[in-house]
Amino acid sequence: MAELRTEEMVLNMGPQHPSTHGVLRIELVVDGEVVVDAVPHIGYLHRCFEKHAEAMNYQQVVPYCDRMDYLSSMSNDFGYVLAVEKLLNIRVPERVEYIRVIMTELQRIASHLVAIGTYGMDIGAFTPFLYCFRDREMILDLFETTCGARLLYNYMWPGGLSHDIPPGFVEKTKAFIKHFRPTIKELNDLLSYNEIFVRRTANVGVLPAEVAINYAASGPTLRGSGVKWDLRKDDPYSVYHKFDWDIAVGTGEMGTLGDCWDRYMVKVWEMEQSLRIIEQAIDSIPEGDVQAAIPKRVRPAAGEVYVRSETARGELGYYIISDGSQNPFRVKARAPSFVNLSLLPEISRGYLIADMIAIIGSVDIVLGDVDR
Amino acid sequence: MHNFITYYLGSGLLGSVVSSLLPFVWVMTYALVAIYLELKVSAHMQDRLGPMRTGRWHGWAQPLADVTKLMQKEDTIPAAADKALYVLAPVLVFVGSYAAYAAIPFSPAYIGSNINLGIFYIIAVSAIVVLGILMAGWASNNKWSLLGAMRTAAQLVSYEIPSSLAVLAVVMVVGSFNLNDVCAAQSGWFWNWFVFGKFPFLFITFIIYFTASLAETNRAPFDIPEAESELVAGYHTEYSGMRFAVFFLAEYANMFTVAAVASVLFFGGWNSPFGTFMSGPIWGVFWLISKGMALVFVQMWLRWTLPRFRVDQLMYLSWKILTPFALFNIFAVGLWMVLRG
Repeated sequence: MAELRTEEMVLNMGPQHPSTHGVLRIELVVDGEVVVDAVPHIGYLHRCFEKHAEAMNYQQVVPYCDRMDYLSSMSNDFGYVLAVEKLLNIRVPERVEYIRVIMTELQRIASHLVAIGTYGMDIGAFTPFLYCFRDREMILDLFETTCGARLLYNYMWPGGLSHDIPPGFVEKTKAFIKHFRPTIKELNDLLSYNEIFVRRTANVGVLPAEVAINYAASGPTLRGSGVKWDLRKDDPYSVYHKFDWDIAVGTGEMGTLGDCWDRYMVKVWEMEQSLRIIEQAIDSIPEGDVQAAIPKRVRPAAGEVYVRSETARGELGYYIISDGSQNPFRVKARAPSFVNLSLLPEISRGYLIADMIAIIGSVDIVLGDVDR
Repeated sequence: MHNFITYYLGSGLLGSVVSSLLPFVWVMTYALVAIYLELKVSAHMQDRLGPMRTGRWHGWAQPLADVTKLMQKEDTIPAAADKALYVLAPVLVFVGSYAAYAAIPFSPAYIGSNINLGIFYIIAVSAIVVLGILMAGWASNNKWSLLGAMRTAAQLVSYEIPSSLAVLAVVMVVGSFNLNDVCAAQSGWFWNWFVFGKFPFLFITFIIYFTASLAETNRAPFDIPEAESELVAGYHTEYSGMRFAVFFLAEYANMFTVAAVASVLFFGGWNSPFGTFMSGPIWGVFWLISKGMALVFVQMWLRWTLPRFRVDQLMYLSWKILTPFALFNIFAVGLWMVLRG
């Protein structure tokens, strides 16, 4: 038979594609169904966060932080207020710290639930997605009773919180933990250890620890490769040092260390660890006034500060320069999704288009966080 | 059936037209019911309610509203599409699935065409569907569609082999390709059904056939040709309105075809499960449809439970697991028949 001429095809995945988790465009070079190269194109959701921040005073930036990684608004605010408080050199009451930690861990669970649910949907299992959203709804209800908002909270202010926790919050949180523990097991039975799911995700998109570190990956993406690195333990902030919990890392038990399954499973394990933190914190919230330390006027002395914290997606850093006025001179956010996304070409070459979906999902990006 | 209608309508042509349109009435009714079922089954499996408003009672009119919406939609044909093929493709796909209804024995007296090669005919006409899907994918002039179509072609061709081999095992036992004969061979109580081991190995045959038939109908976990999270919508990405509806209808028609064939081959077809109780030509229709719908429910159940295979895993399953097992199964059935005389 004569040699048939074949050529590579350039396939445009996104920005309107069901599985790019937002408006991400990936330029795929495919040979049949095998991915030869993948180039992510970003910027479709750019909202000038950093420039906006320069035109507002310090408190007004908080709602903009909400909108960066819209699936974990609490964690974004947490990082920002930590940075501003460091710049102002104020200490917040213990009660505020506890509530912030509880809220951030609840937010981490809610964010991981979205990641896990949509990941199942990427692989073709639709049902776990709705189970995850059902449980996420309970967390959103908790947030709603606390601050009135369900997605973008503007809850943490420099020096305090916008509202104290309402009566009944502790009981409802405990009820949620009681409901949620068995649900994780159900999720594992339905999805995590499903034979087809494991076959789809194990040994796919393998990210060696060394490459992950070289790319400055963080969060579950880094820990999936077996690197024990979590800012809550390695660079403790707030009151995290008071609680007893473990860093979840990938084990490579289903395939190679650092494959999609590991990155996925780390999120499931992290939810369990978050539950442990919440359980310990919820019983020992000290008394106090959450708004006592809020300064009347935020006008830090000239200087600069870099504060990093662990959000659901990884290391979120804020670099703030103050020139002594009431507006920040410069705010730079080091977004975990942006850094993790840069890994994509590295780990997707040589896999199939179907694997490409699994890889994008496992890196777990939020486009609002990538583009800001 | 055909004879019955032509006897009363006199003219051969008119009779043929009427008798060939009768299953269409069933397919349309069934499709509406199945769409409603799919909405409700998926909803209840996912802790939802599903449609509750349309038509007041539990959203019963939702499929009707969906169809009305699809009919009103603008019929778009992409500028770069191959127009003739693009228009023809959905028709061909539907023809392939619809033609199979001619040989499904709804009851001893109610079969479109009681041909001796019934099951062979169904397998053959179902293969036309591949052509239609390939045409749709190619004519759309869309890379996602093309990928979907290529996947479909590979998948359907691969899975026809284990499913035909599975059918062959039943044919060997019965000694006839005629589906009415296959049903008749399982008459009596339900333990006479092939799936319950009237002959050994036929349970395995059923598993092979059912798995392969899921792949042939492009249903999850084998829905990779239209994997919405990967290929947007696969081969029907560019289709909208009624043309899309025809693809949809064909898929549902196909689901029932394979379910009906499975119930004929393994679950006694139009036989009542309880001997002579509730049996006869009229009850036969009831039993076949009930059994078929039960299997359709299983298809939905699987769809809303399992994740999707990857292309190469799908091929692996077909060529390295199902096909060898089907061959071994035929050998075992043959051996058993020889040894038992």
